[in-house]
Amino acid sequence: MDVVTSQTIGVEVNGTTYEREVEARRLLIHLLRDDLDLTGSHIGCDTGNCGACSVILDRTLVKSCMVLAIQADGASIETVEGLAGEEQLTPLQQAFSDHHALQCGYCTPGMLMSATALLRENPKPSDEEIAKAIQGNICRCTGYWNIFEAIKAASE
Amino acid sequence: MSTTARRLELGRVGETTRRVDAIPKVTGEFAYASDLFAAGMLWGHTVRSPHAHARIVEIDISQALAMAGVHGVLTHTDVPGAKTYGLEFADQPVLAIDRVRYFGEPVALVAAEHPEQARRAAERIQVEYEPLEPVVDPERATEQEPLHEENPTAGHGFRDDQRPNVLRSIAIRHGDPDAEGEVSVSGVYELGMQDQAFLGPESGLAVPDGEGGVDIYVATQWLHVDRDQVAPCLGLEKEQVRIHLSGVGGAFGGREDLSMQVHGALLALHTSRPVKMVYSREESFVGHVHRHPAKIWMEHRATKAGRLVNVRAQILLDGGAYASSSAAVTSNAACFAVGPYSVDNALIECTCVYSNNPPCGAMRGFGAVQSCFAHEAQMDKLATALGIDPVELRLLNALAPGDTLPTGQKVSGSFPAAEVIRRAAELPVPEAEELPRDPIRLPGGAGNTTHGQGVKRGVGFAVGFKNVCYSEGFDDACAARVRLWKGADDELVGEVHCAGAEVGQGVTNVILQVARTELGTENVALAPGSTADVESSGSASASRLTWMAAGAVRLACRDALAEFEAGRSAVDVQRTYHHPRTAPLDPETGQVKGDRVHVAYMCAAMRVVVEVDVELGLTRVVWIGTAQDVGKALNPQAVHGQIEGGTAQGLGLALMEEIQTRDGLITNASFTDYLIPTTLDMPPVEAELIEEEEPDAPYGVKGVGEPPTVVSTAAVVSALRDATGSELARVPVRPDELAGL
Repeated sequence: MDVVTSQTIGVEVNGTTYEREVEARRLLIHLLRDDLDLTGSHIGCDTGNCGACSVILDRTLVKSCMVLAIQADGASIETVEGLAGEEQLTPLQQAFSDHHALQCGYCTPGMLMSATALLRENPKPSDEEIAKAIQGNICRCTGYWNIFEAIKAASE
Repeated sequence: MSTTARRLELGRVGETTRRVDAIPKVTGEFAYASDLFAAGMLWGHTVRSPHAHARIVEIDISQALAMAGVHGVLTHTDVPGAKTYGLEFADQPVLAIDRVRYFGEPVALVAAEHPEQARRAAERIQVEYEPLEPVVDPERATEQEPLHEENPTAGHGFRDDQRPNVLRSIAIRHGDPDAEGEVSVSGVYELGMQDQAFLGPESGLAVPDGEGGVDIYVATQWLHVDRDQVAPCLGLEKEQVRIHLSGVGGAFGGREDLSMQVHGALLALHTSRPVKMVYSREESFVGHVHRHPAKIWMEHRATKAGRLVNVRAQILLDGGAYASSSAAVTSNAACFAVGPYSVDNALIECTCVYSNNPPCGAMRGFGAVQSCFAHEAQMDKLATALGIDPVELRLLNALAPGDTLPTGQKVSGSFPAAEVIRRAAELPVPEAEELPRDPIRLPGGAGNTTHGQGVKRGVGFAVGFKNVCYSEGFDDACAARVRLWKGADDELVGEVHCAGAEVGQGVTNVILQVARTELGTENVALAPGSTADVESSGSASASRLTWMAAGAVRLACRDALAEFEAGRSAVDVQRTYHHPRTAPLDPETGQVKGDRVHVAYMCAAMRVVVEVDVELGLTRVVWIGTAQDVGKALNPQAVHGQIEGGTAQGLGLALMEEIQTRDGLITNASFTDYLIPTTLDMPPVEAELIEEEEPDAPYGVKGVGEPPTVVSTAAVVSALRDATGSELARVPVRPDELAGL
């Protein structure tokens, strides 16, 4: 028989506190998308390769399909929905728009979270540092060069 | 972090405009098909065949049906209408009937309250299979038992080929196919099976309308052809099935065929509840068609001065279990086998076979990618044999307006192949980089454990071409509907309806730029794409949608404006645009039965610099420069984006991307094992747009999506050959071949 174990956890996402009962094996990406209706983080591969589900958890960049929801108990999480203000985009978001750094856009939220984490740690990254920082985010549409240019522009 | 104001720039034809969907896509607000939700919805799941070829003895659904949360379990007996469907030939069962022909073929469906319940119920469906010998070697397929009792593609005007498992065969005889040259080079080339690997897996939501019909919200490339396939399977009238475009996470040909559309609708109508289906990445790998693997034998005969005399080619494509768009892929592979070169004599034989391998169909550059890899390897080989510079050899033979193609079609309109070759060849190549250096800039990146002692540099060149739009007599059309009225302050307001699918390529901007240009106002909105509001746009395929949508929207805007200016206060006009008619090929000679088999052609040339660590078999593509014939760039920044992205996909096929199969079973259905280029693999792409307007097209446009993918695989491998001196006749190139093992 299936044994279901669940636990109540508390997380802060983009400044809002949520309390949810989650099964022990529930992934963070499913908590965000299905329980909290934050569908900006995407599922592209289920195996931690594509980076479309990247979020920032307690100031560390993680792939949220590789984290259990209960591991996030007590944590502060940032997702793409938390980047922009009501009327304003972050410089990175604006640069992605200006530089045509997206086509289908499915990778974009994860790409933005990786780039946001990079620029916080390293506001003036070198070309190699940008390439390394987003190597875990697959984009199938753009060939990456416009993404690269957008991150450079936002760091200047 | 500081912020800047949200802004959206408007623009007309020919101006760079920011993507209309950029802001919702950077804020996470954009709703992809996988984000859809409806109150009371169930989750659908597909039970798929674990065999490449088997007879179905029995299906027992009783255990699954009895499980908690399960609302429906369906098999082929529950398909109320046509049991089979297909893009061109209805040879594919909605749910397998008595036989499965490929690994992952849908057999049964489940709808349950929760996705996990649906998956568990799927595991309880007991299917008894009797495995059959799979047909997996395309070279033997024509001697084995036929996989389809009656050839589904027979009687469609194709060449009469009685061999078993021939999906389509073409012979093009041009001039004297036995003509001799003074020099001859030949080779055998192979390409592996590539996957579109769009990042957003297949998904959609089917909602019953309470009156027997259904609304399907789905990520697709062609709404109306989905409807036309779905409705007969459901036993419904077309009007009872409405397909609405949802957010699409990339397509590249992989969403031309149906995925969950009929399945979701069957479950929704059966349960009277909305049903959502989302594929996992693993399921996505078996849930759509792939790029055809190919084996190509080619011989080039030329004069000592380098003029091509005769090109002889035999092309074998593996179509897999069902037809999909294989007929068009076969035609392209044959028609473009010589490349963008003028040659008086040719014999081109191209065969696509059915097999029990995964079904293949459309992928960016379909058919032309395979041929380009072979003809460009041959041109390099010929240049070496003759001691002529490879760029000079290509210029000497470059196809030009007025020349006759092997199909007998005379090139008309714009075709600046020589200019494209010259401009790409003139792009300055970066200086070789000193050693030692940051390991990330060594071949293999951080995985390279040396100091770069084995690194050799190579420079390659290739040219490719392909048709724009659909061909061979298909009446390719696109509709647009324009509503005009007077808004506040008596200003003109416009609303455009066009079902052309925005799959990421940017057609939304094109449609709005055209409407703003024609209507002379910024007050224009594009309504969501739906079969309920407007006639067919045709497919987001074959680099055709900019041309076709621009043509349709321009036509509808002009007529709507004329009516409006004649004094009507509100106007609602729908118009359908057709490109110049094409004609089929004669099935026996492969010669066009009219003026043109293709509407127009587009070409691209590419220069590539690589470094190969010849001791470790590792590569680094250092730089790519390209010149592309684009007709007229309606949105130049987006055109550059298409070129860079299309180049990356061709680079992937050259270096790493291949679906591996064993006895027809896919063994690497994940992004862990199917590798896609990352930032560390992709160099900068310097692109020159060659704008020579196409006379038959609106605003002089052509297409732009496919040529970079057609040419880049060939160009990257040309550079690898230059670095290693190895023949490298198969892609993706493997490390042991680069290391000479």
